[in-house]
Amino acid sequence: MSAMFERKSVYRYDYRRSPDQAARAIVRRPVVVVGAGPVGLAAAIDLGLRGVPVVLIDDADRIGEGSRGICWSKRTLEICDRFGVGESLVAQGVTWKIGKLYRGSDLVFSFDLLPEDGHKMPAFINLQQFYLEKALVERANELDLVDLRWKNRLIAVEQHNDHVLLTIDTPDGPYSLEADWLIAADGARSSTRDLLGLSFSGVTFEDKFLIADIRMAADLPTERRFWFDPPFHSGQSALMHRQPDNVWRIDLQLGPDADVAEEQKPERVTARLKRMLGERPFELEWISVYRFNCRRLDRFIHGRVVFVGDAAHQVSPFGARGANSGIQDAENLVWKLALVIKGEASEALIGSYETERIQAADENIRHSTRSTDFIAPHSAAERALRNAVLALAPTAEFARRMINSGRLSVATVYDSPLSTADESPFAGSARLGAPLPDCPIRNADGSAGYLLENLGDDFTLLTFKNGAPPPSAPEGVSRFSVGIDIDDPDGAAARRLDATPGAVYLLRPDHHLCARWRSYDRGKVAAARDRALGKS
Amino acid sequence: MAKLVTASQFADPDAAYVALVEARRGLDEQAAAALDARLALILANHIGDIEVLKEAIAVAKAAT
Repeated sequence: MSAMFERKSVYRYDYRRSPDQAARAIVRRPVVVVGAGPVGLAAAIDLGLRGVPVVLIDDADRIGEGSRGICWSKRTLEICDRFGVGESLVAQGVTWKIGKLYRGSDLVFSFDLLPEDGHKMPAFINLQQFYLEKALVERANELDLVDLRWKNRLIAVEQHNDHVLLTIDTPDGPYSLEADWLIAADGARSSTRDLLGLSFSGVTFEDKFLIADIRMAADLPTERRFWFDPPFHSGQSALMHRQPDNVWRIDLQLGPDADVAEEQKPERVTARLKRMLGERPFELEWISVYRFNCRRLDRFIHGRVVFVGDAAHQVSPFGARGANSGIQDAENLVWKLALVIKGEASEALIGSYETERIQAADENIRHSTRSTDFIAPHSAAERALRNAVLALAPTAEFARRMINSGRLSVATVYDSPLSTADESPFAGSARLGAPLPDCPIRNADGSAGYLLENLGDDFTLLTFKNGAPPPSAPEGVSRFSVGIDIDDPDGAAARRLDATPGAVYLLRPDHHLCARWRSYDRGKVAAARDRALGKS
Repeated sequence: MAKLVTASQFADPDAAYVALVEARRGLDEQAAAALDARLALILANHIGDIEVLKEAIAVAKAAT
């Protein structure tokens, strides 16, 4: 929906003419990514870091104001840390872990995300999306293999057996480009999706929500606060969450009958916010009125076109599952695509992107739909059930567990054909098919560090010392040994991985655990790597 | 008040809520109230303990 509040640009970038535009023959590129939002930027950076040249096009020449995404999850931050920007994002953002739920003006439940300690990255930070995008643009511009082209708008896509023919419009007119693979990261209103004639299946919620970012000097705690039926916004829900720069995100449910144009008028928004905030002065930064969708494409891969992020699936914002899952899509796809492009894996591996990320999308849609059902009941009968849960919450713990103002994004545990089933049981927080949990470690030079930042970008065999010389990993796998390359002074790594001496763990290039054994067997490790490459 | 369990017992409380909400999807308030009455009887019989039932009624009445 269009905002009446004109979105101002925060950062501008220059259009530059590419030699591809004047080439005599159409130039072929291994990968073109459409859309330089967080997801497209993540895909391009990861491809660049994995040695694959990539062209990233965007129809704009700027990053817009307005926060849109604000909550960045641990897994997203770990990916950004691998890109080299994680620490600066955390320093710039607001770290939070407490959420409070109110019924009317009474606090009925508070939660602590209780992140497992000793992880380098926090459970969540809040940071305006344009700051994250700016950090990723700067990182992309440092990489020689990433060719970022602003004011390049995709206007036609033609599928061929082993490539895609693109027509791209620019201020100098259109040009053609061929790509072995096209990654569509062009958002909820994906033009790639339209050009291919694809549509979503899922639900659209009738309720409309006002989303506002305001600037306000307020010494309020850094908590996610959510109200059901608050005195300042009777019969509806409200959410308030802190961002850096004294900016606060406020969501107000408006019901199904709200007039979208009317509700975006600044004087009307100001009046609503004054009821909430009292006499505290504030300025409007950005406002918009939305209806939420929970839906996805039936397939994410169409020939040589692969959809990621909002172009592939959409959720309501209450679990911070939109941009976070999109960045995780990019991570999942890119290592596979890089190995296929280099000829180290067959195209079958790309199919596992769809298998794994449709699982994630369905999990996100399920959670998001449940949250939206709770926040915005469809009928009086459903509202009565929701209100019964809220009424019982102060006295009955089971009801508190059912209050759903958004279940926050955590990484999906893939039930994946790329994983090799455990031969013997493992306890601990590490899960097969999930990202390895981070752990505090001691580096060889004696300094304190973390496990994940030490892992390479290829397959890694993580081994635990047992007195014997460390095993030599099979081809294509680097060995990294706890007790030799790093120390585990608190025993956290051993606990989280349920490691016994001599235990070995095979990690994919995206640091997901794909196999583990109590002792090393070279043949088994090689077979598990083949399986994780889609060879069996 | 000792026998009634009010601690959460579902491994996935959201799934339980969804099952209840989906059961009433499309019903008006009267039809939903009738459904609730039938559900209360079925679950009361399943519990089969008059003390627990009385405690549950007291908790439900006290919550507003």
